[in-house]
Amino acid sequence: MSDFAVEALNIVRTFKDGEVRALDDVTLHVPRSEVFGLLGPNGSGKTTMIRILSTILSPTSGTAKVNGFDVVKQPDEVRRSIGLAGQYATVDENLTGFENLRMIGSLNHLEKKFVIARSNELLEQFGLTDAANRTAKTYSGGMRRRLDLAAALVANPPLLFLDEPTTGLDPQSRQDLWAIIEGLVEGGTSVLLTTQYLEEADRLCKQLVVLDHGKIIAEGTSQELKTGLGSTVLALTFASIADAARGAALLEGISSKPSNVDGTVVEFTVDHGPSSAADALRRIDAATIALTGLTLREPSLDDVFLSLTGHKAEEMLSTENEPSARPTRKGRS
Amino acid sequence: MSLAATKPLPVQAQKSSLRWAVSDVLTIARRDILALVRIPSSIVFALLQPVMFVLLFRYVFGGAIPIPEGQYVNYLIPGILVQTTIFGAVGTAIGLSEDLQRGLIERFRALPMARMAVLAGRTVSDLARNIVILVIITLVGFAVGFRPHGSFVAYIQACLLALLFAYCLSWGFAFIGLAAPNSETAQAMTFPLIFPITFASSIFVLVSTMPSWLQGFATYQPVSETTDAVRGLMSGTPHGNSTWISLAWASGAILVLAPLAISKYRKAA
Repeated sequence: MSDFAVEALNIVRTFKDGEVRALDDVTLHVPRSEVFGLLGPNGSGKTTMIRILSTILSPTSGTAKVNGFDVVKQPDEVRRSIGLAGQYATVDENLTGFENLRMIGSLNHLEKKFVIARSNELLEQFGLTDAANRTAKTYSGGMRRRLDLAAALVANPPLLFLDEPTTGLDPQSRQDLWAIIEGLVEGGTSVLLTTQYLEEADRLCKQLVVLDHGKIIAEGTSQELKTGLGSTVLALTFASIADAARGAALLEGISSKPSNVDGTVVEFTVDHGPSSAADALRRIDAATIALTGLTLREPSLDDVFLSLTGHKAEEMLSTENEPSARPTRKGRS
Repeated sequence: MSLAATKPLPVQAQKSSLRWAVSDVLTIARRDILALVRIPSSIVFALLQPVMFVLLFRYVFGGAIPIPEGQYVNYLIPGILVQTTIFGAVGTAIGLSEDLQRGLIERFRALPMARMAVLAGRTVSDLARNIVILVIITLVGFAVGFRPHGSFVAYIQACLLALLFAYCLSWGFAFIGLAAPNSETAQAMTFPLIFPITFASSIFVLVSTMPSWLQGFATYQPVSETTDAVRGLMSGTPHGNSTWISLAWASGAILVLAPLAISKYRKAA
């Protein structure tokens, strides 16, 4: 068996007769027993990749092996060895939590007794025992995600695909889900996770790749990515756009990366926040320009994108062009 | 946490792939029926609408519809049975479309289950619902004066014929459900189809009362053949070859529509 949970070579996927290249020559090696991250904004091809690896969609070209099975030639073997949970929490809302798990168990052709025991075990571990006999319709967003994840785990697969598992969740539910995912990996499960949040990738993923317009634009550990980026974002807010322009000129050289001026806000990614902030304040003060705000924060996905591609992640939302994400018919984007 | 135990899974004893497929179909049908029972509005709509049709045509329109021999109620009830089973089969389009919309089909496609089970399970659950509807229409029919002259066995045969015909049609509705962008559109798409075939037929009135340009269609289209066959069996005076013609239409429909729906399912995202 291959050393990798996922081995995808030169995957290309086009839509609309080749007009849209959702994935453009993507190669991935996902190691076993850790979380591997696919980071990128909407429309970057993350979901298309997950759909190809889970046999829902076939690649236009390229080959992929999941747990050693070819996704095109051995789809049933692949399906038996994976669990899929998504941002859309695809649980059947007319069934109870228990019934949802039992249905997935029986569609996985597992023994009835085992399915019942496993369902109850998962409901308990995910804090859903009290809600086990309520229809999923009555569940909160966090509960649905946990049920969705539990459904992906009924067959105890060695590899999990998690497509934006925490998108749209409140901070507490997100923390809960992260803890669950960490527990799974400790138990030996391999996870391929897509996310738009650098924070999430940072917390969970040992290695990650950054996708942009269907291409890998960076890969490495999140530490490596951040080091390349500068570890802190320094943002200064000025009283006017003119002041911001003057300030940006004065602050030249504070970071090795170019500054980003957005209206009255000037942003830099710097290696050491406090000393850079002090330096910036001295320069601004000497020129007697009024500052209305100063913040230091962790770099976001936007910052990674800005630094890697020169454009913001959000800008791509407007050019979002991934039919595979099934957005139009589902009203999702 | 012991979430991911490494011990091998106790998979069920080796069964043939056909037995797995049957088990998958039943699993899906069971979930569809549970959903149906849990959404009161759907069950009320499914059951109440046919009853309303019976009452409407028995007491409101019926008096204005002349029937040369016998009572209109005896003409009407077999027709309503066919009409309601066809309307019931439309549920297949709506149900599948909703599953697709909610992303459930996506999850099913990543499971090691039989590919056709999602469709077959849905059509089977709609068939089960149609059986309940038939029983209710029969009871309501008797309550409003329906007195079939055929034998009990012939009555059952008539019901089975109506169910079979609707079941075969439901594969066409499955195709529509998978092709439609959402369940509202799916419903709208079925309407222009079922309206002409159920109303321009022998379900409610004698075809001979229609304008001549419509009579050709209304006489030979499959719903009329099925209605004539059902009515003939129930009244005890079989109507020519209608039963065989209806069976031929039904088998032709399923042979064409089922592969179409399954191929749509394979492609639908």
